[in-house]
Amino acid sequence: MPELSVGQAINNALSLILKEYPNAFIAGEDIGIYGGAFGVTDGLLETFGEERIKDTPIAEDVIAGLAVGAAMTDSKPIVEMQFSDFIVNAMDPIVNQAAKLHFMYGGAVNVPIVVRGASGAGTGAAAQHSQSLESWFCHVPGLKVVTPSNPQNAYDLLLHSFVDPNPVIFMEHKLIYKIKDDVVLNNIPSNSELLGQAKILSEGNDITIVSYSNMVNVVKDAISSDELSEISAELIDLQTLSPLDMETIITSVSKTKKLLVCQEAPANSSVGSTVISNVVQSDAFSSLSIAPKLVSGLHSPMPSAKHLETTVIPQKEDIMQAIKDMV
Amino acid sequence: MSVTKDTQLELHRMMMLIRLFEEALEEMFSRGLLHGTMHLSIGQEATAAGACLALDKKDLITSTHRGHGHCLGKGADPYKMFAELLGREDGYCRGRGGSMHIADLSNGNLGANGIVAGSLTISVGAALSFQLQKKENIVLCFFGDGAVNEGSFHEALNLASLWNLPVLFLCENNQYGMSMASEKAVAGESIASRGNSYGIESIQIDGNDVEAVYESVATFKDEILSNNRPKFIEAVTYRYRGHSKSDRNLYRTSEEINFWKDEKDPIKRYIGKLLEQGITEVDLKEIDEEVKNTIRTSVKKALDSPLSPVTNLEEDSYA
Repeated sequence: MPELSVGQAINNALSLILKEYPNAFIAGEDIGIYGGAFGVTDGLLETFGEERIKDTPIAEDVIAGLAVGAAMTDSKPIVEMQFSDFIVNAMDPIVNQAAKLHFMYGGAVNVPIVVRGASGAGTGAAAQHSQSLESWFCHVPGLKVVTPSNPQNAYDLLLHSFVDPNPVIFMEHKLIYKIKDDVVLNNIPSNSELLGQAKILSEGNDITIVSYSNMVNVVKDAISSDELSEISAELIDLQTLSPLDMETIITSVSKTKKLLVCQEAPANSSVGSTVISNVVQSDAFSSLSIAPKLVSGLHSPMPSAKHLETTVIPQKEDIMQAIKDMV
Repeated sequence: MSVTKDTQLELHRMMMLIRLFEEALEEMFSRGLLHGTMHLSIGQEATAAGACLALDKKDLITSTHRGHGHCLGKGADPYKMFAELLGREDGYCRGRGGSMHIADLSNGNLGANGIVAGSLTISVGAALSFQLQKKENIVLCFFGDGAVNEGSFHEALNLASLWNLPVLFLCENNQYGMSMASEKAVAGESIASRGNSYGIESIQIDGNDVEAVYESVATFKDEILSNNRPKFIEAVTYRYRGHSKSDRNLYRTSEEINFWKDEKDPIKRYIGKLLEQGITEVDLKEIDEEVKNTIRTSVKKALDSPLSPVTNLEEDSYA
């Protein structure tokens, strides 16, 4: 079992896909000789050649649009949005085309594409290179949204996203790329059963903490601190944001009677607010002993300076405080 | 290239089918039978008929919001199209797409698109599939003059040229993007010149001359397959009806519309040409009657067919 970083795990998954699926290709900016802005596609050009590792001009609209057209005609494209902020330039092919065509054409076509993008803050990249835009895509029927948090689930979730017959937005938080762990290099699955399944990372009885993407790692840090050693927290990594695995959350909240959601994105119309809304509309509402709480990023563009950036993004201490307040 | 008599009759038949299809829809709309608006291509039949009949079944097209003609040209069943507009289960999209979103993959139509220039980048992707799969087919991408000012138009042309993709861009320049006159919207010399600026051989043709459209598309298709370069055609045409059903035509004069109807009508002009070349009025009348009958029986069958049942639409959103 090799020890891999998230970036290497994704690279391994891409490599396996290209090996097993002759109709798969990757397109994106600087993914060839450069190896991708975060090194995720490193070495793939040498192995698979220019025909399948397609360096594109800086043109996100056509990158996403070509994926749609290729997927409709028996190809299996994976495209990279160098920074997921740039996906804004590709909203039409993703939202109006990829998400709609299966439904709009009465089920006559599928659009199996994976759009990968580096998301999130913490690198001082400022307002246009640090966003967590995942909830935009959760709002659109027809799309699936996947957010890995560690090397193993990055590897597995990418393979499952690839075999899913729907368009999948795969958001890779920049701060997880360097996280290392042992990874089981599973084969390509026959279906995408992992999508839509949250994962319980630690079982507990005092509070349910729901999170996703890199914030899962921050929450892990918070609950493993000595100060909170008496508190038994159940940590759920959503893994897939659309569709949401509400069943796992509701079961957990019914047991712990408390719900805390932690996310880097701002709160308005977000994944966390949807989770809380769904819980209070569910049977678990009556078991809540205290109002649910959402710890989120501030409603502000991401500043560049480190001390300001850490003000906008929830920190370990913010999460520890929220837990102490609730338990 | 000379067009055979059989092809000539087929071109005439297809233009008649498109016109009578659109006129039947107009009549159904006025009787309150249709839910939603539609974009009629009356006056533009030559571009759809000429272009589509120059393609093989395995060549693909992408289409626009004004796409009924493209769909018919590629061989769609008028019954299933009427059924779609009427929200019937037998419709191409089972009532989910309607006028603006008919796709007919069995005949190589990747679908009409409600977003102006929405299909440009899709056509590039489909052409990339042909290239990767080493298929000897092309993608013909229909779009209007309104599309050429969208960013995706430029991104698509640039990439198609860079990657030598087998795509034929066909701009139906009907001279108005809704109310916006193309001369007020398009900077530079011409729409065709924009193709040239990306290193794509581009021509401007009379889009109401059905044989000119047919021959240009056939020639370019051969060249695309032999020298692996995309091509670009600007076909100048005109729509008689408003942009959609709510249009009051405030941006153009009735004299202008009547000029195109009287002097430039693609069907009238072609009938004149065919009669000069020895095809008889009897030949044409036979075709026209057959087309009228097809439309009549298709409308009736569609009206008699069952509505699309209400299924779980949330589940239908995903494959």
